[in-house]
Amino acid sequence: MRHLLGFASGLLFGLGLVLSGMANPAKVLNFLDLAGSWDPSLGFVMGGALLVTFLGYRMVWRKSTPVFSDRFDLPSSTQIDRPLVLGAALFGIGWGIGGFCPGPAWVALPLLAPGAIVFLPMMLIGLWLGEKGRNLSTLSPKGTR
Amino acid sequence: MGPTIVTDFTPWVSLAGGMLIGLSAVIVMALFGKIAGISGITKSIIGAMAPTGNAPQERDWRLAFVLGLIAAPVIYRLVGGAIEQTVSSNLLAMAVAGLLVGFGTGLGSGCTSGHGVCGLARLSRRSFVAVVTFMAAGFATVFVLRHVLGGA
Repeated sequence: MRHLLGFASGLLFGLGLVLSGMANPAKVLNFLDLAGSWDPSLGFVMGGALLVTFLGYRMVWRKSTPVFSDRFDLPSSTQIDRPLVLGAALFGIGWGIGGFCPGPAWVALPLLAPGAIVFLPMMLIGLWLGEKGRNLSTLSPKGTR
Repeated sequence: MGPTIVTDFTPWVSLAGGMLIGLSAVIVMALFGKIAGISGITKSIIGAMAPTGNAPQERDWRLAFVLGLIAAPVIYRLVGGAIEQTVSSNLLAMAVAGLLVGFGTGLGSGCTSGHGVCGLARLSRRSFVAVVTFMAAGFATVFVLRHVLGGA
């Protein structure tokens, strides 16, 4: 049941990405191109997603526990640290070059564009390295994560 | 990165698509009690192949979730939907982009979904900073590539 519902959630998320245009890097790059062929559609994707999530989360949190777990597992860190800002900046640069963020990178895979097929394995390697980097003490001077 | 392709402004389908994404995030919270961040979900799957130093947790539903993501365009086409997609054919640039997106979201603990949707919906201060930072970096990168370097 967990597998089936996990699959269904991913499918719903993926259909949202496809329908909204997020799976098309050209549309993403045009959203980021304020000075050129600006396409504001992605603002509506974010707006729709945020509205539903903001309201839905609050309804869900009224329950004492999730269906398949004994607690809601929310990130507890509130510290604005170097890994967060540096990581977000590097992610933004990569996003601006390729037009893919992680969700659309998966969704694009079966469409078999060569650029997408190259992007995904590099993203996996990057994620692995980024996770290593996050644990380096040089980036977290106070020993926090 | 390749010629600029003009895309249509699609406010309503984009809004509807965004709401589906939001619905999925809410369902993941209701069922598993977790943030629906794709970089985080992907990271936990990588943990099955290479050690990341973090305890493997609830990999089962996350793997199923990613399979659902991959199935989405296939099913969308089967039911007659048309998918417009233009991906840069500059494979070196796409490789660098993939590496940066992976490394950045790994280091920064989240991406467009984890920070942008789930984090902002939780009113997380970290996510707000992350979103402002990656949006600014994205805008700046496209500006430089298209308008400073001449847009190739």
